[in-house]
Amino acid sequence: MNARIEPQLPADPSRREFLAHLRSLGALVLVATVPAVLKAEDAPKYGADGMPHGWRDDPLAFIAIADDGTVTILVHRSEMGQGVRTGMPMIVADEMEADWGRVRVQQAPADEEKYGNQDTDGSRSTRHFVDPMRRCGAAARTMLEQAAAASWGVAVGEVKAVNHEVVHERSGRKLGFGALARRAAKLRVPPRESVRLKSPAQFRIIGRDNIRLLDGLDIATGKAQYGIDPWFEGMLYAVIARSPVLGGRVNHFDAAEARKVPGVVEVMEMPAPVAAAQFHPLAGVAVIASDTWAAMKGRNALRISWDDGEHGVYDSETYRAELERAARNPGQVVREAGDFDGAIGKAVRKVEAEYYLPHIAHATMEPPAAVARIVDGRCEVWAPTQAPQVTREDVAKHLGLKFEQVTVHVTLLGGGFGRKSKPDFATEAALLSQKMGGRPVKVTWTRDDDLHHDFFHTVSVERLQAGLDASGKVSAWLHRSVAPTIISIFAPDPRHEAPFELGMGLVNLPYDIPNLRIENPEAIAHTRIGWFRSVSNVPHAFAVQSFVAELAAAAGRDHRDFLLDLIGAPRMIDPTSQHDGWNHGESPQRYPVNTGRLRNVIETVCREAEWGRGMPKGSGLGLAAHYSFLSYVAVVAEVSVNDKGYLQIPRVDVAFDCGPRVNPDRVRSQLEGAVVMGVSLATLGEITFKKGRSQQDNFHQYRVTRMDTAPRDIRVHLVPATDWSVPLGGVGEPGIPPVAPAICNAIFAATGRRIRRLPIREQAAGT
Amino acid sequence: MELSINGRSVTVTATDDTPLLWVLRDHLGMTGTKYGCGMALCGACTVHVDGQAVRSCVLTISSVAGKKITTIEGVGESAQGKALQEAWQALNVPQCGYCQAGQIMSAAALLAATPAPTDADIDAAMSGNICRCGTYPRIRAAVKQAARQGTPA
Repeated sequence: MNARIEPQLPADPSRREFLAHLRSLGALVLVATVPAVLKAEDAPKYGADGMPHGWRDDPLAFIAIADDGTVTILVHRSEMGQGVRTGMPMIVADEMEADWGRVRVQQAPADEEKYGNQDTDGSRSTRHFVDPMRRCGAAARTMLEQAAAASWGVAVGEVKAVNHEVVHERSGRKLGFGALARRAAKLRVPPRESVRLKSPAQFRIIGRDNIRLLDGLDIATGKAQYGIDPWFEGMLYAVIARSPVLGGRVNHFDAAEARKVPGVVEVMEMPAPVAAAQFHPLAGVAVIASDTWAAMKGRNALRISWDDGEHGVYDSETYRAELERAARNPGQVVREAGDFDGAIGKAVRKVEAEYYLPHIAHATMEPPAAVARIVDGRCEVWAPTQAPQVTREDVAKHLGLKFEQVTVHVTLLGGGFGRKSKPDFATEAALLSQKMGGRPVKVTWTRDDDLHHDFFHTVSVERLQAGLDASGKVSAWLHRSVAPTIISIFAPDPRHEAPFELGMGLVNLPYDIPNLRIENPEAIAHTRIGWFRSVSNVPHAFAVQSFVAELAAAAGRDHRDFLLDLIGAPRMIDPTSQHDGWNHGESPQRYPVNTGRLRNVIETVCREAEWGRGMPKGSGLGLAAHYSFLSYVAVVAEVSVNDKGYLQIPRVDVAFDCGPRVNPDRVRSQLEGAVVMGVSLATLGEITFKKGRSQQDNFHQYRVTRMDTAPRDIRVHLVPATDWSVPLGGVGEPGIPPVAPAICNAIFAATGRRIRRLPIREQAAGT
Repeated sequence: MELSINGRSVTVTATDDTPLLWVLRDHLGMTGTKYGCGMALCGACTVHVDGQAVRSCVLTISSVAGKKITTIEGVGESAQGKALQEAWQALNVPQCGYCQAGQIMSAAALLAATPAPTDADIDAAMSGNICRCGTYPRIRAAVKQAARQGTPA
């Protein structure tokens, strides 16, 4: 029987903007059935080729060498803690034989025509740009060698770049990169196919584990510049009261008191978005002042009457019941194999469970903020944006300027996690600068703005049912996932998860189960839904990895052994055979799902964490594993629950296989961070709604993990990976999904209590 | 109003109720001190007033006039601050880095009072500083490393 897979996109193909945004996610228009006749130009493009503006590898765009030999490498992706401003230069510097101590980094402005795709999301930067950046560095090395050979009048084959100089061994002559720079820069960039890359054995910087962050000194001394930091004499400071409800508008407002606040310069209404939320600023009233404090006081003094619109009814408790109803009834089938109904009827044991994950907020430590000014009709924006090109396009569109009249300077991001892929805050700054005659204006979101108007992580109910046969093997599997989709910010009223959401651990279940059906009943969005680090992998993995542990317990088996049996023999799975037409935007041939690697991380983490070791009363170990962003992760969490129900997570082990690694230290740090963020969303994270309004104002209500409740002992085990023919997997996101289910499975081991609703909060105590 | 910041005397014109954070950032262009919550809940804005770690987002300038204010831009002048800034780099503590100025300021006040802190001391001193990237294990390690450097052999 074939799966009935409906197209997830709106029928109107003229929505180019919507489609452009979708493409920018890598959510290739999908695609369950391939058209019978494919023209060459319609052939699917994968990886960086499939992204808007693809990739560039021009050394003249990315590398500058000063006369003193200082090498400046431009990084075109945004730094938000993942380490890209150190990792990308490592790649280029290694291939060009630069001395790492003489390498500087510079941020590229938004210009995809020049630098290739700049969307910093989807755990893609290194995976998509390792090859172009290697070619870029190697081409520069070639040009330096050519310049040296020409100046000595010898054949280029006789010279070699070694550690920041070019050497002619026969004569013993040497010329430094600085001395060669001007001559090299005048040469033609060598044809791509002629450029000779290093063999991995020749790497001197790539893969090194002791590289200091290029921004480390500036960060430690307070000099690092984030989007909230640009400072100009005479700059104005704005805060905005925004509609508390999605789609709401200002009925009327009274600014008389606000204008009396010392320092307040202007009060003005922000235009309401005309249709889908997209990344448009929200409707509201802006207060512009001589400093942020005056703007905040002015905003407090505003009297605004809002028209809430249709989403003013949104209540998260009522909505949870709606999602549960949907999950308890059949929905759109998104993958089917064998005969679930027949097999469940024959099962000797049936298990059912339902899981709930609430909305969560990104809560980047730097709230959204940006600065803009307009000089001679040209707008300059400084923004902590994950989407530089989209920021530039949106600002131009909203200001009625040409794309060329807008410059976007990408600052450091004080956290991104997907929030800063949506540049509504940068557009606000630009609009207000325009209204103020081009004066520099800084827009700062207060923390309550951030928690009230985020593009929230989706909320979901996941219902699973499975049957075990007489041998204790899973013979039938039904998973219904219900969650409002991210597509809802682009298109009117979509009801189903999009291909890129379904492909995040729902349909692409790499288990050996003969009879399975996966369904996606309808859900309506009532707030802005956005990407949160790991996106739909979070609910899907929480449900699946919790449920597998429940099945193992029902079968009376060790969780690790049961999970390995469920995965089955090491094999390559074609993602399209699982109705995953997305595959993170990558080729199904180049990136099949390798169950051997999944098994290996499970075996590794269990070995390192001493799975099966005796635990004192009230303590337990929990396991979870998940494949996402083309990387393989397994986690063992150790928890203790004392007699008062107080939960502690003293240790977490993570085994990770992302293929070869450019900067192992940053891979480890991303996983350490993923554990802490995973702990935070598992134990504390929840945004609730009443009357359409987010109910959490600040960190006393939206609680996050702090030093005293973070695991003290996080052990990251990187699977040995020296084979550079293995394509790179993602790093920033895949650590998150297995953390919450591993913790909940450990709580079960410690207490016998199943946690099926996040956050855990006091549930470990059984209350 | 006269303020003493990092050993320099500066004159600012702002209303008395303005928090020190916004005077530093908006009036003086000293943007190393960060805004995170405005309610003393996250620690991003931590500075020292007379050597004590305080949250500058809730501290009005009228309350700090005449007192010695130290910010991330000046903390490297102290032995603890310098050792912490070096340990932060050596252990690659930061991810996004936004909270780290506040973390270092809290840690410097801790080491000034408690040169060899225990894990419990570190928890108590540092749990007011949120890091969403999750750098806590490295912060703990860096505090200990800096403490070891400050301890005479």
